[in-house]
Amino acid sequence: MLLLVEQILNGLQFGLLLFLLAAGLTLVFGIMDLVNLAHGSLYMMGAYFAATFVAWTGSFVLGAVLALGATLVLGMVLEFTTLRHLYGRDHLDHVLATFGLILFFNEAVRLIWGPAGLALPLPPWLTVPVQIFPGIYYPAYRLAIIVVALLVALLLYLGVMRTRIGMLIRAGASNREMIGALGINIKLLYTLVFGLGAALAGLAGLMQAPILTVQIGMGENILILAFVVIVIGGIGSIRGAFLAAIFVGLIDTLGRAFLPNLLRQVLDSASASTAAPALSSMLIYLLMAMVLVVRPEGLFPANRR
Amino acid sequence: MKSAFWLAGAAALALASPAFAGDTIKIGFVSTFSGPTAVIGNDMRNSFELALDHLGRKMGGKPVEVIYEDDQQKPDIGKQKTEKLVQSDKVDFIAGYIWSNVLLASLKTAVDSQTFLISANAGPSQLAGELCSPYVFSTSWQNDQTPAAMGLYMNQKGVKSVFLIGPNYAAGKDMLAGVKSTFKGEVVGEEYTVWPSQLDFSAELTKARNSKAESIFVFYPGAAGVQFLNQYAQSGLKQQMPLYTAFTVDELSLPLQKDNAIGVPGAQEWVNDLPGEQNKRFVEDYRKKYPGLRPTYYGAQAYDAAQLIDSAVVAVKGDTSKKDAMKAEMEKANFKSLRGAFKYGNNHIPIQNFYLQDVVKDASGELSLKTVATIVKDDQDRFHDKCPMK
Repeated sequence: MLLLVEQILNGLQFGLLLFLLAAGLTLVFGIMDLVNLAHGSLYMMGAYFAATFVAWTGSFVLGAVLALGATLVLGMVLEFTTLRHLYGRDHLDHVLATFGLILFFNEAVRLIWGPAGLALPLPPWLTVPVQIFPGIYYPAYRLAIIVVALLVALLLYLGVMRTRIGMLIRAGASNREMIGALGINIKLLYTLVFGLGAALAGLAGLMQAPILTVQIGMGENILILAFVVIVIGGIGSIRGAFLAAIFVGLIDTLGRAFLPNLLRQVLDSASASTAAPALSSMLIYLLMAMVLVVRPEGLFPANRR
Repeated sequence: MKSAFWLAGAAALALASPAFAGDTIKIGFVSTFSGPTAVIGNDMRNSFELALDHLGRKMGGKPVEVIYEDDQQKPDIGKQKTEKLVQSDKVDFIAGYIWSNVLLASLKTAVDSQTFLISANAGPSQLAGELCSPYVFSTSWQNDQTPAAMGLYMNQKGVKSVFLIGPNYAAGKDMLAGVKSTFKGEVVGEEYTVWPSQLDFSAELTKARNSKAESIFVFYPGAAGVQFLNQYAQSGLKQQMPLYTAFTVDELSLPLQKDNAIGVPGAQEWVNDLPGEQNKRFVEDYRKKYPGLRPTYYGAQAYDAAQLIDSAVVAVKGDTSKKDAMKAEMEKANFKSLRGAFKYGNNHIPIQNFYLQDVVKDASGELSLKTVATIVKDDQDRFHDKCPMK
């Protein structure tokens, strides 16, 4: 029982992290109709910025805030200089151009920070396990990720649902031509949305960095999962991304945690321990395939036209 | 007139070059040079290049040409690159190979073409047993040996029970089997993770904690070792369940693992502070040639691979068509290995010592690895009986 609670927390933490990444991706995809493969690079840049700024300032929180600002600016500059020219073009062009950006960022990081990767050490107050229920200890840092990501999700919800900018974003997602015709500065809106998406990816990257390592290409594997999340959740839908991300996080973690034992009931131990990791990594793709069959638009598609 | 002369000269050179090829020793080197584990491939290349410097970039009087190929840590790419080296470059030797799954995929290509393959790291159990070949030599170990040494050390420490975690590929399975072969206590649980994509080990660590085992053993090479130690420290398990490792803490991961690695023992056949002139020269020259970097066991094994090839080429005075003579020479392991002298078993895997290494702060305050004790002397792998070569 305690094991299950702990594994659910693990899944929740992973899911919320995926949400941060997927939220930016789904906004950019939904509103600008832009397939951005370089989203994972922004995740990586967030982690590299954080590692650099934390080393400079000596404070984890201050460094993280600076890194967040830096990825926001980087995202806006990227939109202004490069991606702006891709709107309205074929998706294949997007894929090609943003794949080029992945290579550019990987090479740029290699030149600036070197190939070996960086470490982002945690402050001591985040490295101790905390007792959340009697008998259940959970790493304080993973708990902090859950809290921060939930806060961001709440802010994002309030921002999109309750503010004027949020209204424009929603309007942009459902009908782009019309809000342009109504005299809204759509270029500026796009730059802002892209910057916001970049900052969210950067936040995911810098929060993941102390758990993993800061290294070249760190955003590429997780980007695939983020795409799975937005396909399941429905493109352009923040709510969909949130629920799908938690779903994917839980399935992935619980699958890894319990599938080996389940398989050992039917198979011998050796083949079960070989098959289980392979099978559990397939689970989320099976889920995606099922969702695509039943609801090709995703679970919560943003209203279109 | 003048240009015609040059053209004629160039044409003569171009025509002459195929004949020229026989006058160089061609070595293919397959390792990982892109992606997160490229640092390992770079270390192997650096050490191989250093070895060539020390050999005067000549073997048996002939200049050496090395063709480096990137396997991207993928078995299919490694096989393609091996095929390219064998079929179109027609190399005399192939060396390298970090990953057991990449080596297993590439093995047949090299063996079928009777090209000597020197594994400078990967040591899958199949290679030591039924798949052993007269054309394959190792300058590393068989995968099970290092964790088996760790198992012996855990017995010495009186460890009663252990939870095993490792990646789900050829080497991961060998490693966990290796610990089990010598560890006398109880193996409470055994978990395999998706390799190389899974970087978050929270589910496995939670299971380990709940298993109430006394200790944890892991095998996570490269950056995964950094990630595992981060998460292990953050989970607070460091105080409750001591960690024992194989190939998880090395000079490449240490600058990133920092204090997390202190007090985490590992077993190894080569440590930078092993005695011997050859080893001292290697470590000093490496740090001189590549400022800011420290050599690892991957590099030391690559250096030995170059020395092994050199010994064979020298024995036949550069005539690489004499394969039997080269094989006979290599079986003698007639070179000054950085780890100290060793002998080859019937399956061309070294019979060698394994040491206990520990993380210490050196004179300049930097973390480095230190030999603490010899765990086992002249250890031979468990699979040599299955190898048909005698």
